[in-house]
Order: sequence, then structure tokens, then C-alpha cells
Amino acid sequence: MLRYTAQRLLLVIPTLIAVAVLVFFLVRVLPGDPVEVKLIGEFGDVNPELIYKERKRLGLEDPLHIQFVNFMVGLPQGDMGISLVTERPLTQEIGARITISIELAFFATLLSVIIAFPLGTAAALYRGTWFDYVIRIITIGGLAVPSFWFGMLIIMALLATVGKLPSLDTAGLFEDPMANLYTLFWPALSVGYRYSSVIARMLRSSILEVLAEDYIRTARAKGLYERIVIVKHGMRNALLPTVTVVGLEFAFLIGGLVVTEQVFNINGIGKMFVEAVQFNDMTMLQGLVLIVATSFVLINLLVDLLYAALDPRIRYQA
Amino acid sequence: MNDTQEKNDVLLDVEDLEVEFHTGAGVVRAVDGTSFKVHRGEFLSIVGESGCGKSVTALSLMRLLPRKTAAVKAKKIMFDGIDLSTLPEAEMRELRGRHISMIFQEPMTSLNPVLTIGDQITEPLITHLKMSQKEADIRAIELINMVGIPDPERRITQYPHQFSGGMRQRAMIAIGLACEPKLIIADEPTTALDVTIQAQILELLKDISDRLGIAVILITHNLGVVAAYADRVNVMYAARIIERGSSSNIFGAPAHPYTVGLMRSVPRLDKPRVGRLATIEGMPPNLLAPPQGCRFRDRCPIAEQKCEETPPTTTAPGTIEDHTVACWKNEFAKENAPILYGSETAIEKEKSAHGEKVLLNVNGLKQYFNISIREGLKSHKVDIRAVDDMSFNVREGETVGLVGESGCGKTSAGRAILHLDNPTAGNIEFDGNLLNGGNIAAVRRDMQVIFQDPFSSLNPRMKVGQILEEPIKVHKLRDGKSARLDRVAELLTQVGLYPYMADRYPHELSGGQRQRVGIARALALEPRLIICDEPVSALDVSVQAQIINLLEDLQNDLGLAYVFIAHDLAVVRHISHRVIVMYLGKVMEVGEGNTLYDNPQHPYTQALLDAAPVPDPEIERNRQRTILEGDIPSPLNPPSGCVFSTRCPMVTDECKSMVPELNDFALGHGVACIKIGAS
Repeated sequence: MLRYTAQRLLLVIPTLIAVAVLVFFLVRVLPGDPVEVKLIGEFGDVNPELIYKERKRLGLEDPLHIQFVNFMVGLPQGDMGISLVTERPLTQEIGARITISIELAFFATLLSVIIAFPLGTAAALYRGTWFDYVIRIITIGGLAVPSFWFGMLIIMALLATVGKLPSLDTAGLFEDPMANLYTLFWPALSVGYRYSSVIARMLRSSILEVLAEDYIRTARAKGLYERIVIVKHGMRNALLPTVTVVGLEFAFLIGGLVVTEQVFNINGIGKMFVEAVQFNDMTMLQGLVLIVATSFVLINLLVDLLYAALDPRIRYQA
Repeated sequence: MNDTQEKNDVLLDVEDLEVEFHTGAGVVRAVDGTSFKVHRGEFLSIVGESGCGKSVTALSLMRLLPRKTAAVKAKKIMFDGIDLSTLPEAEMRELRGRHISMIFQEPMTSLNPVLTIGDQITEPLITHLKMSQKEADIRAIELINMVGIPDPERRITQYPHQFSGGMRQRAMIAIGLACEPKLIIADEPTTALDVTIQAQILELLKDISDRLGIAVILITHNLGVVAAYADRVNVMYAARIIERGSSSNIFGAPAHPYTVGLMRSVPRLDKPRVGRLATIEGMPPNLLAPPQGCRFRDRCPIAEQKCEETPPTTTAPGTIEDHTVACWKNEFAKENAPILYGSETAIEKEKSAHGEKVLLNVNGLKQYFNISIREGLKSHKVDIRAVDDMSFNVREGETVGLVGESGCGKTSAGRAILHLDNPTAGNIEFDGNLLNGGNIAAVRRDMQVIFQDPFSSLNPRMKVGQILEEPIKVHKLRDGKSARLDRVAELLTQVGLYPYMADRYPHELSGGQRQRVGIARALALEPRLIICDEPVSALDVSVQAQIINLLEDLQNDLGLAYVFIAHDLAVVRHISHRVIVMYLGKVMEVGEGNTLYDNPQHPYTQALLDAAPVPDPEIERNRQRTILEGDIPSPLNPPSGCVFSTRCPMVTDECKSMVPELNDFALGHGVACIKIGAS
């Protein structure tokens, strides 16, 4: 197991380097000049010389390979460069806003797992009964309703009933946990509903698949309690594909909250993405993509490790 | 034996068991009023073809059928004084794994992949006997030892995927034995295993049953296994038990025409071919709408008007023992058993003579598969020697049998000859032309193939007619649509199907019919050689006989040569002129069929023949056999020297360093063993 973990960790490094390289060039292929956008925004019509000077100052006139080397050398030292708009270090800029996004993604995942596990399990165990059908309607609803629209419904419902929305300035999780969680609950629910539907449906089908396996019959033939048959023999095997879905969706959420953050006006990196694109903030975009990609890779690693912990066949194969 | 003794002696008494499945297409009565008894400590076999209800019977006793779709009814199911038919589920659960345990067919899938073997063995001990984990662990080691798995302390910490198929089945037996049950139900326990491993497992079961006085219900389709191990036999056909008796009665004096047919349709390993196999025509009835009266009526050679009434179960004629049969004409059937399916003299037909001209010549064939094995971050390449230096030839109209256990390279050899996989080395000549990548297309027409699985080797989206027409069209053998369709009709008739079946899809046909389509597809190109890769192993015995006869008839009519690849030694003996025995990619022995079977020289051939049971309890009772120990080594890491050296009873140090050459033991009889010199 230790060896497997070490192997997987080592494989992360080349992946991240590849991501960094790709991001660097992709961002530079995008049309538009951030300096031009900024200066025109501030002063109206600007002469080309000023733009050139400003570009020079920000290092954008350096040859591409110099920019690339600077970028790549900075990364391992935790230096992602500065925002072209605010001119503050990206690590500070992103660091200030990523916590809320991670928190939201985590909360949404937690919420959806809490919803999905009982629903998926119940739907599988009571397959073909009205119970199963009701759950199916709920989960298909979750897949069909876009989460931002569901978010708007929640806002309208809150306004109609409580008459106010959760406060916009979010307290930190450790300062005032309850207030923090209350603020995040509704956005988490709006994303988590769709997410839980995906998990519940996945779980239902994998439980059904596992329960039809020969080893479940063996477990019953041994005279084990039905509860043990289902939980020990069934669930552990059924969890394998489900873990993948939970992990991938979580990774997706970290960068994928763009619309939901807009709807609930949450100052996370989802909103930051929109701003970076609006202002053509090349380096900011570069940093954001890199952060999201990195979290994707790391969560995938976590899923792989979890997989190995659950399934001995993977552990011993390596 | 008086009545009370008899009562005490009976462990399981089933009366009028009925199992119905409610399916979308209607109600299938999979078990229809069967009654039988199992005595304490006896080895009872339930034998029958697929779909006859034998497994369903077993699962219904254990109450393991899906409750939503299966309805089980019985007058009584008395097990050791308790009526299981009325027992509440909670008490039934206490019985399962405690007093009745079950061993299943597929050792690869019957164990939970994410739990250790030890955990899976201790579960029933902890549940039923309330042992502590520590006590259970000690007992598990004892059990693992008892079922013959070496190194038990380490083995119980391992997972199923670290066990071979045979070892997994041993572990299953250990689980079944854990609480020392009174009855073990073994449902086709060796069907998925190789013949030398099968012998190990069955010997183990028999030994345990004898030593611990545990009764065993052995469910199987293999008549040889029944003859070798069962005390008594129940023969099932279409959801009913049609004959029951002691093993010597059933094999020695069968009284039901179906039993007679079943016995006659299996080729014999221990005897030279007597002629064509007897076949039971047609196929078992559809249980969605079974015929009135005797269910065997439509296939029975002696059916008459009266058979439209269901025959009662009566004592078989001329017997005082417990031998019963459900047939109106049992007396006639019993007396005329030898001629029921045509007299032996009438059907006697020697294997057709073959030509002298060599059609296929294989010289020094090697088929290595280069695979990479990952070990940590590094991976290294390893050659799997699927076929290692094989030479043989096939003459016109001749059948050469290729036989061996899994991993022996028989299928790889067939594929290499056809250039489905390009061979690593060696020359293959067909009709005097050396084959290579360039000219293989030209001889594809002359060399065709029939595959094992008639279910997956036909495209499910094409009609039978299209499947057969395609090769004719591609090779431009007939001009015009109507000429091609005529040829399709001709082909279907040739393989014993009807021209109207051209409009059917493969899933609308039975397994036997599909294999006939597979044969017709091969014939469409008018080949001279057909490589038959396990063509009958997926089929029931009665259907298997039909296909074997068909292949022989086609050989006679069309002068075809066959390379017949199979693991069933008896079938290979029956159909082949010459036989090649393979083990781990190497040819062990080659010879003319009867010589090789009656006078095997190589220790592996001898062990292989010893391991395969013969459907005759008299012979089995007195048979001295050497049972090979251990598993077939992994082809990834074959033994040095002679590949058989790790399991050979005659092994010496020399064998481990020297690779034996295939030397002529006698004219046309080659043996690859340094211990066997020319006579």
C-alpha cells in the first residue's frame, strides 16, 4: 500500500508540469490585450506608446521563452506572478477567495453524499416498489434542473417565506461556524441536489449489480444476517464506482461553481474566473486554471488511493 | 432395514417440490413436482442437461432463489426432523451454512474479492457457533489445512485473486465445511476447472464426506463424474425427475429412454470408437409451455399414444432396490436399451479413411506473446510462450485432435495457423505453399474456423441468411442475389437446419442450432481444412453428439480435414484420427488415437487420462489412478527443463534442467520425455 501510494504521488509531478506548460501557452493564444483593456478602461483613448511602456513594465514584451522560464521557475517557489489588473501577487489574490469556494464545494459534496446514500441504497433495496419510483422522480429532477435555476428558486422561496436572504458577507468558518454554514447552506443545496442525484443513481445501479453477484449468494448461503450480507459484502463492493463519481464531481465543483457563485453572490474563485476573463487578466486566468487543474489532479489521486484501500486487487497489482 | 431405521437414516425428504418463476413472458415451472430423499452420509447426484431444473432444486432447498420472481411450494421438505417448507426465514438462516452448506460452480466469482479468505471462512463460525475471532482464526487454519491448501497461516490473510481456480474451490469447500454441516450441496463444483484439478476437488469432497459422514448432493451434467462418485443418482429432464436409482442401476440397467439416450450419446474415453454416436433428436421442451404428458415424448424413439398422459413413477422392472422410473414403456426401454437409438451394428461406422497427401504442415511453430509486467514504476517485458516449437501435419480428410488443459496453447496454435495472430516463428505450409502475411488472404478460403461459443461468435444484428451470404459475396463464389440465396439454403440444409431459418436472428436459435450456423458459415467458402476450436464444449451432451456426428458426416461427404481443438479427452478420442497432447505450450505426446489412449507413454498423458472419469461405475470402482498434485504453473513463469517437471510423479533432477525432445517411441507415436526411450 505504501509503495502504491508513493508511486501514485510520483506520477502527480509530471502531470502537473504538463498542465502548467499547457496553461501557459493556451492563455497566450487567447485574443485581446489586457493592458489595452485596462488603460482604455481608465483613460479612454490611449496612445500605443503608453501601452507599450505599460506592457514593458509588466514584462509582457519579454520574449515568450523568457516569460515561460520565469513562470516555470516561479511555480515551485509558490510564485505564480502578479495579476495584470491589481498588480498584487496571484497567490494572495486567489488565496483570499479560494477558501470560500473549497468550503462550498466541500459542503455541497458532504450534503449530497448525506442525501444520496440513503436514497440510492433504499432505491436499490426496494427496487420496483413505489419507494423506488419516488426516489427516481426526485433524482431525475435533480439531473434535469440546472443548479443555478434551482438556486434562483431557493432565493425566491427564501424571500417569499423568511423575507430575507442569508447575509452576504460571509463569516469565516472558524470565526462563526453556524453563521458560516447557514450562509453556505443554500448555495450548497442548490449544487448538491444535482450532485446527489448523480451519486444516488450511480449507487443504486452499482448496489443492484453487486447484489446479483455470485459472492452475495455465497454470503447468504453461509447463513449470514441479511444486514451483514448487504453492508459488509454488498456495500463495500458497490462503493468502488461511487467513490469515483464523488471524487470527480468534487473536483469539478471547485472550478465549476461559476454560475452558482454569481447567483448567490459569493466571492469565490468562480466569480474570479468571470472577472479575469472580463478584464483579460491573462496571468490571473493562468493561475486560476492551474489551481483548479491541480486540485483536480490531487483529488483524483485521493480517489485512486481510496480505491486501493477498498479493493485489494488494485493494491496488489502494482 | 426396518421402518424406524429407515426414518432415522433419511436426512432430507423432499416431497412434491414445485418452483415457478414469474417472467415477463409468462410462468416457467422450473421444478415440477419432484420428490427425493437423501440419506445420511451418502453421495447423491442430480444429473441432467442445462435448464432441467437441477440447480433450481438445490437453490430452492436453501431458499436462495430471488423471492420476488421465484415461488417455491412443496408438500414437505423434511430436513433432520424439521420441515423447511414452513420454517420462518429467521430459522432458515440459522440453518444455512450451519447444517446445510453449498458450493457453487464458479470459484472465480463466488468469493468476495474485497475480503480475505480467512475472513470469509470465519464468518459462519462467528455467526453460527458464536466463536470469538481468535477461536475462529484457529479453526480457519485447521480447515484450510484440511482442504489441502499449503501454508495456511499466510493463505488466510490473502485475497481471492491471489488464489488459483482450484485453490478457490478448496477455500469454498473450507467455508462449506466450517460448521460441520450434515449436508453439502455442490452445484457443478468442477465444471469451470481443468480435468486434473477436477479430480483433486472431487476426491477431496468424497474423502470429507466419508470421513465426517456428511451427505453430499452433487449436481452435475457430467456422467463420468456421477459414475465415479455418486452412490445414488436422480436423473432430471424438463423440470422432473424421470429416473432414480443406485449408480450401478442407472448406468448398468437404465430404464428411461432419456437416460438410455444420454448414456449412449457420450463418447467413451476408455473404449475405441464403436461407431457414430447415438443422438437424441431435437431439443428439450420450452418450459413456458411444456407438452402434456411425458415431456420427453417428442424426442423419444418409442413414444406412443399413451405417452400423452403423464407417466407415473414406478419401480423399474426386474429390480428390488430403490430404482424408479417415470415411463409407460420402461420395460421395453430397459430390455431394448442397446438398440433404442439404432443398433450398434447398424450405426457402426468406422472413422472414414483419410488421404495420404499432406494438406497442412506445421514446422517449428512458436507463438510468443510479449506482454509487459509492471513492477513499481518500471515495467519489463516478458514472453509468454503460448506455443513453443510445435510441429505436426494434417493430411487430406484427416482429423487431428489437439487436447490439453487451459493455458496449454491449443487455441493459440489454432489461431497462429490461421494467421489470426501472426506466429513468432516457424513454417506453416498449406497444400505445398509456405504461408506468410502476404499470401494468407489467398488461402483463407481453404482454411476456415469454427469457434467455441455459438452465442458470441455470431453477429446478433445480422440475420442467419446475411451471416451466411456475406462470405459468399466477399469471395464472389456465386453471381447474383438469387444464386447466393440458393447457396444459403443449401448450406442450411447441409448442416441440418431449414432454409426458412435464414430469416431468423441468432438469438432466436438454440445453442446447437447456432453452432450449426457457425459450421455452415465455415462451409460457405468450400474450405478444405476447418480448425474447430472447442466446437462442442458449450453444448449439452445430447446436442454435442448431434454436432459431432454432423462434423463427421461433412468430413465423409466433402473430404474435409479438421484440426479439432478440445479439452474433453473422450470427444477427441472419438472424432480424431491422430491426437496431440499439449501442456504449457509444449507437445507432450503425439500418436494415432487408439494407440495413444490405450497405451499412453508420457506421464502427463497418463495422468490426464487417469483424471477423467468414465461413465461406468463398475470401472470407476476398481480404477487405480494417479492424481496429479498442485496447480498448472503460470505460463508467465514456466518451470525450467521439462515444463511438466513440477507435477510429474516420475520427476528426477535431470528433468529440471533438460528440455526433452519429442522422440519417436514407435512409428507415428512421439513422446517428449527423457524417461521414455524408443521401444
